[in-house]
Amino acid sequence: MGLKLQQSYHHSVTVKVNEQMGTKRGYTFIQANRAWLPKFLLLWVMVMAFLSTWIYKKMDADNKVRRKEVLSTMCDQRARMLQDQFSVSVNHVHALAILVSTFHYYKDPSAIDQETFAEYTARTAFERPLLSGVAYAERVVHSEREKFERQHGWTIKTMKREPSPIRDEYAPVIFSQETVSYIESLDMMSGEEDRENILRARATGKAVLTSPFRLLGSHHLGVVLTFPVYKSKLPPSPTEQERIEATAGYLGGAFDVESLVENLLGQLAGNQAILVNVYDITNSSDHLIMYGHQNQDGDLALLHESKLDFGDPFRKHQMICRYHQKAPTSWTALTTAFLFFVICLLVGYILYGAAIHIVKVEDDFHEMEELKVRAEAADVAKSQFLATVSHEIRTPMNGILGMLALLLDTDLSSTQRDYAQTAQVCGKALITLINEVLDRAKIEAGKLELETVPFDLRSILDDVLSLFSEKSRNKGVELAVFVSDKVPEMVMGDPGRFRQIITNLVGNSVKFTERGHIFVKVHLAENPKPMEDPKAETCLNGGSDEDALVSGARQFKTLSGYEAADERNSWDSFKHLVADEELRYDASVKMKAADEASQSVTLMVSVEDTGIGIPLIAQDRVFMPFMQADSSTSRNYGGTGIGLSITKCLVELMGGHISFISRPQVGSTFSFTTVFGRCKRASFSDTKKPNAEDLPSGFRGLKAVVVDGKPVRAAVTRYHLKRLGMLVEFANSVKIAASACGKNGSSCGSKTQPDIVLVEKDSWLSGEDGGLSLRTLDRQQNGHVFKSPKMILLATNITNAELEKARAAGFADTTIMKPLRASMVAACLQQVLGTGKKRQPGRGMLNGSSVLGSLLCGKKILVVDDNMVNRRVAAGALKKFGAAVECAESGKAALKLLQLPHSFDACFMDIQMPEMDGFEATRRIRMMESQANEQMNRGTEEGSIRTGEWHIPILAMTADVIHATYDECLKCGMDGYVSKPFEEENLYLAVAKFFKTKPISDS
Amino acid sequence: MDFVNQLQRKFIDYSSSLHREGIVDDQFTQLRKLEDENSPHFVMEVASLFFEDCEKLINNMAIALEQKQGVDFKQIDECIHQLKGSSSSIGALRVKNACIAFRSFSDGQNREGCLRCLQQLSHEYSLLKNKLQTLFRLEKQIVAAGGSIPRVH
Repeated sequence: MGLKLQQSYHHSVTVKVNEQMGTKRGYTFIQANRAWLPKFLLLWVMVMAFLSTWIYKKMDADNKVRRKEVLSTMCDQRARMLQDQFSVSVNHVHALAILVSTFHYYKDPSAIDQETFAEYTARTAFERPLLSGVAYAERVVHSEREKFERQHGWTIKTMKREPSPIRDEYAPVIFSQETVSYIESLDMMSGEEDRENILRARATGKAVLTSPFRLLGSHHLGVVLTFPVYKSKLPPSPTEQERIEATAGYLGGAFDVESLVENLLGQLAGNQAILVNVYDITNSSDHLIMYGHQNQDGDLALLHESKLDFGDPFRKHQMICRYHQKAPTSWTALTTAFLFFVICLLVGYILYGAAIHIVKVEDDFHEMEELKVRAEAADVAKSQFLATVSHEIRTPMNGILGMLALLLDTDLSSTQRDYAQTAQVCGKALITLINEVLDRAKIEAGKLELETVPFDLRSILDDVLSLFSEKSRNKGVELAVFVSDKVPEMVMGDPGRFRQIITNLVGNSVKFTERGHIFVKVHLAENPKPMEDPKAETCLNGGSDEDALVSGARQFKTLSGYEAADERNSWDSFKHLVADEELRYDASVKMKAADEASQSVTLMVSVEDTGIGIPLIAQDRVFMPFMQADSSTSRNYGGTGIGLSITKCLVELMGGHISFISRPQVGSTFSFTTVFGRCKRASFSDTKKPNAEDLPSGFRGLKAVVVDGKPVRAAVTRYHLKRLGMLVEFANSVKIAASACGKNGSSCGSKTQPDIVLVEKDSWLSGEDGGLSLRTLDRQQNGHVFKSPKMILLATNITNAELEKARAAGFADTTIMKPLRASMVAACLQQVLGTGKKRQPGRGMLNGSSVLGSLLCGKKILVVDDNMVNRRVAAGALKKFGAAVECAESGKAALKLLQLPHSFDACFMDIQMPEMDGFEATRRIRMMESQANEQMNRGTEEGSIRTGEWHIPILAMTADVIHATYDECLKCGMDGYVSKPFEEENLYLAVAKFFKTKPISDS
Repeated sequence: MDFVNQLQRKFIDYSSSLHREGIVDDQFTQLRKLEDENSPHFVMEVASLFFEDCEKLINNMAIALEQKQGVDFKQIDECIHQLKGSSSSIGALRVKNACIAFRSFSDGQNREGCLRCLQQLSHEYSLLKNKLQTLFRLEKQIVAAGGSIPRVH
């Protein structure tokens, strides 16, 4: 069932977790856009590809501009050079023209003939590198032709070397350079180009050029330059007509443009790279090529035009340059762009990788967070489960406890009674432990609150010991407790927690101890310190050396004679403590005033065992939860290993600290300090708490002799007897006891005669003369008139044979099984001394029925419960004790019945009811009462019967006994609660609070 | 007298078998202890109240669970609470346990589980009723034969 509950709980937890995740999860930018990441990457790559293309384009364009600049520079340079060279040649031809006019026409007779001209021109040919040759043609009009032909001895011929037909004018060549001597006697005006040239030249008086044509002889493309030569000096600004008339002849030269440009370009660097064309563009529609090929390959995309001015205003020329080869692919640009792209790609990929990693890490983080929340939820669920299961365990436990209570009501022998009581105490301890399991969750949450109530430390220690008595007895381990006299009887603190600590420690010790003893000792922390610490030091150091020498042979002066880890409990130091106490016994009375002045008392509690000890490696993690010394521990001894961690928490909560000394195979001693408040005497005398065990006072003043060879053990026995108010003496052996007894008996009489002799089993068995001495003891007593002392054997465990032997030896009276507890000793003594026949009225279990009956008889009680069956049962139970019961089935009905004034003495209220629950009903009742009280206070003169105030005790009836519910009960004005179904003891405790301390005035 | 003794023995055996089988727990014993001269039929009275109550609640729950348009789990929860309270008062252990199981299903709003539990519950209830009625019959026979009802210790 617990599982199912947990399951349903888990659902709600999961839902809560999811909600929490939704609100809490902080999305980062990257996390929010995780789906876009690949797209971002793609976009990045595209942008970068675009960018690199752009870079490439830009670099390429730069290259092209540079290329173009280079081309234009080269082209212009060539054009300029060509032009310069050309004009140099033209100037020279001009000079020649002047030469001819000077020496041929102004001199008479002429100073120039063909021979002179040819020699002169040949010798000055270097001045005209561009001209293939020069010639002079004289102007001859038709009327002078015959005379001219006769004078020269040849006829004028046309260009085609035929005798010239009749014309108006002729221009036969009379002087020519040797290179062009083939044109002598040819009429220059017979050629179309030349004729035009001649006409234009004599009209302008300047050098003129023909359009390019194939030159005679060389068949190279070329142009002819023509200069006019005038007979007479011309007027300063001659008209065209005057020029024509003054013209005497024409000087011409042929430019072989092709070879000319070839030569020129050959002189320049980089002529292979570019392709040069020279055009005559006089006719703009039809460009005539002068140099280069019309149809050329090369880079058609890029060309540069440069203007050429050859000095003839009529003709226009231009030079066009282009690269030989197409622009090479720009590897630099390509590489740069590509590298840029690659780098950006890598950067993009790195960013993408980083983003993906961030997303992954964040995802992991969220997952971890979710797991953490889930783990926490599981922890909560675990606590819930524990709570549920614990609650379920309580139910059968109540049955067990109820039956035990019944059993204790019957007539039992002392042994049976002891067993039954032990069972009951154990059961109660179990319930307490279950509550402690519930509290574990609180410890974990840091919500544990300590109670501060007065309690009896000694009886708690007794209870814890009895819890383990069965176990220790079976193992043959001696279990003992000793509380220093100076520890106050009642202290303020949390008895439950204290019990839990002791239970844990003793439980551990019992678990791990197979022989020897377990000894719980409590004393004030302030006192023994200065005296004991140095001693303990020497004990530890010196002691261990000695052990090595005489191990085994030595009897240690501890409780059982076995060696203990911390020797502070051995007799050497213990006797100081005891002696000190005795010495100061008188002083303590004086000190009491001082003691009580201080508000708190610090106790030192040590639990010593002679078990297997804690391995050295494990010692530092003893207080860590779920850590046992090693894994085999839980296999061999069971347990979860959580006990010590809880213990540590609790001790620290109580303002103390815990430590331990442990030696493997020798034993462990856990000691802790704890701070309790001092209890004011007044406060605990009237509130007798259930844990303050009432010890019978019937033994006060009795005398006892303890026969024990071991002083520590004797001290423990004495401690218990002293608590019963008995006077105790020690005797080391039976013999000494007997002699002491005898002496006392004879000399001092009855006054010092012991009433009881307690003999430790070991001492009895070890003494050879045991039986004999006992007999003498008996006999001596028989000799006197006094009643013989009762002989009691103390034993941890005893076999039947030994028991028989003991009976035979004289221990007929009884045997007290250890561990000793004051109440048990009292019970045994009662039986022995015969005072126990009648049950002590105030002792032990409160005999429910009769006490309850006396409390409840005649009281009028209202039971409020919506459940008919519950109501009937509660009513029945209360009626049984003599109460007059009325019932109400709802909160409203109860309110109606409780309208003031009413005659009810108490009200039992169910909490969970439909319409109006118990809390609400209580609140209203309290409101009603306070109103009534106010009115009453105002009108006291009316002399009302009640002098007190209206306050009906309201007790909650509830099935769950969780502290929170209890707190709620108190908050809304209830006075207490009883668990449902009723349990006599529980009911008594709840009811007793009111009916004892608050007597009802009108009942 | 032998006859009475025999009846008494049978009565004790029978009532301890009820304990053994877990049909009733020690609360029932406590109830028996409340019977005295003033209220000799206290247990019978309470038991019949319980039976009445129980039948009514089981009926209510059966009706509530058959509602096609949404089961009112709150109502069921209340019924269960009532039944759990009264069964623990009377000490009807197995009925109470059935209630606890039922409760976990109604908390989880599990209709199937609830129906199953209801069946279980009515089974436990009729078992208890049979057993207790047998016990009461025995009691009457003892009284009729002039004997006294043995007290359980």
